[in-house]
Amino acid sequence: MGVEALNPQPQDEFPRNPSHAPAKPIRSRWEKDAPRCVVAREEIGLEALQLLLGGIANGCIYGLVALGFVLIYKATEQVNFAQGDMMMFGAFLALTFVNEAWFGWPFALGLLAAMAVMGTLSYLLDKLVLRNLFGQPQFAVVILTIALGFVIRFAAGVIWGHEPQSIETPLTGKSVHFAGLVMGLEEVAVIVVTIALTAVLFVFFSRTRIGLAMQASSQNQLAAYYMGIPVKRVYSLVWALSGVVAAIAGVLFATKGTIDPASGLLGIKAFAAAVIGGFGSLPGALLGGIIVGVVEPFAARYLAAGYSQIAPYAIMLIVLVIAPNGILAQMQKKKV
Amino acid sequence: MAAGGQSNGKGGQPLLSVQNVETFYGAVMAIRGVSLDVHEGQIVTILGANGAGKTTLLKTISGVMDPEKGKIVFEGKEIQGAEPDAIVRSGIVHVPEGREIFPFLSVEENLMMGAFTRSDRANFAADLDMVHSYFPILKDRAGQQAGYLSGGQQQMLAIGRGLMGKPRLMLLDEPSLGLSPILVQEIFAIIRRLNQEQGVTILLVEQNANVALKVADHGFVLEVGRIVMADTSARLLASEDVQEFYLGMHGESQREQKRWKRRKTWR
Ligand SMILES: Nc1ncnc2c1ncn2[C@@H]1O[C@H](COP(=O)(O)OP(=O)(O)O)[C@@H](O)[C@H]1O
Ligand SMILES: [Mg+2]
Repeated sequence: MGVEALNPQPQDEFPRNPSHAPAKPIRSRWEKDAPRCVVAREEIGLEALQLLLGGIANGCIYGLVALGFVLIYKATEQVNFAQGDMMMFGAFLALTFVNEAWFGWPFALGLLAAMAVMGTLSYLLDKLVLRNLFGQPQFAVVILTIALGFVIRFAAGVIWGHEPQSIETPLTGKSVHFAGLVMGLEEVAVIVVTIALTAVLFVFFSRTRIGLAMQASSQNQLAAYYMGIPVKRVYSLVWALSGVVAAIAGVLFATKGTIDPASGLLGIKAFAAAVIGGFGSLPGALLGGIIVGVVEPFAARYLAAGYSQIAPYAIMLIVLVIAPNGILAQMQKKKV
Repeated sequence: MAAGGQSNGKGGQPLLSVQNVETFYGAVMAIRGVSLDVHEGQIVTILGANGAGKTTLLKTISGVMDPEKGKIVFEGKEIQGAEPDAIVRSGIVHVPEGREIFPFLSVEENLMMGAFTRSDRANFAADLDMVHSYFPILKDRAGQQAGYLSGGQQQMLAIGRGLMGKPRLMLLDEPSLGLSPILVQEIFAIIRRLNQEQGVTILLVEQNANVALKVADHGFVLEVGRIVMADTSARLLASEDVQEFYLGMHGESQREQKRWKRRKTWR
């Protein structure tokens, strides 16, 4: 396992129905759940439902990472290619706070601490580094965040090693049986947490002063300045928010399976999910994530080997051809 | 030219004093040493053709742009180069050219953003009522996305949003732009009422000199970044130059040609 992790192949970690990947010598993180996920083979419908639920759970994680991309893009028109690595780093932080081998804090406390640290680091990244790139060509930020991704991956490897690790949660190893379906409690938790987080973000953006100011700054930056909204600070807060979301996504990811420094490469799929959803729409990001998450296991199950790996990008291309603005794009004529 | 030294009967310190301000876009000097005073309770208008530098001057006052040289004094304090949020807090609100509303926020949310810098949020409801009393349409459309309002309604929203900041001085940039004559009349009547009833001092930028001079106490004429005339509105209205160049006494093309000839005599 250690060898495999040193040569990270994220494509190898697609969710697949474990019962259909019997002879695989190396346990991937999805197969950890294998003993708990017994599907009635004769019941095609039931199997499909099982695939669907697992896909939605994975999709929620893609969706949350995509949400991080879109939050930052909408507000600042920057693309943060380190979003996936931020997710990975947040997961390792939480793991460090929570696991007995490290700090052994209560799970909720560790989660909150990881969110706070990721939020603070992202805020400072914008305030101290990215703000100085203001006025530079767009690709300066692109290059910088790509480089940042490498740095985070390297740092995580040095600190935590390349062995996949799991986070110890109150849910580990429990499952729910419902109408013949078996779901890991972690998968249920991922879906529930994503729904809850979506609700919280919705209230935040539509009801709070600072949430509305974020929307306002992204819709019309100049007018936001005229209103006395401290636009630069608002941008830093958007970065902080996306850092917090990354930490939550990372913890969910590590709860469902294992985390290693290469896990952040999932960000590429999440990027495709964000494009599918329109790259300017928060609900679109989540929907795009769920589409990618659901299509993957079905493609792995019903198509020839290899197709599932290109499925997210194939969908992305199809969406770009049919609806160039993504499926939930706002009809936005952006002001300068 | 003794800009700001008008004998308007209002002695004492001006509310706003712009002194020899120069503002650049890169190497291009858009404001070339402008000075003007605005006294408490006045409506002062800045007239000038497209590209004269009117918007740049307002942006420099509201802190969206920083002047290279000169001073801007508001209520006795120098504010040049301060951040826009500090300037809004000090009591200057800029209602920008072309409305610049937040298109995907509701009308009421736009008004909330106008009050962003206010710390006395308890008064929000009362201020909202005040704005609604001047612009009832904003109450009827409170929940609607602002992008769907008509041009005139968006202008009303932009002014109402500015009012929510409880300004002592409101910078109004071409509120008549793109509106029908009837709507222009309506909006200018409200501007006058705001000045009289709410005590808001107004610095009004206009290309529509006729309407602006009728509502203003004082006027300045800006040409290529410099003030070339300053006088009471009544005298500017009567002035031949203003009549010729800004009140449309001649055809458009003739006006442009004449400007070149006449401009020299103003310096
Ligand atoms: N963003 C900009 N970059 C460079 N030059 C500008 C910019 N905005 C305005 N200018 C120039 O500055 C001068 C004054 O413009 P402006 O203040 O918008 O004039 P007005 O509001 O009177 O029409 C014009 O010559 C214009 O071309
Ligand atoms: Mg202008």
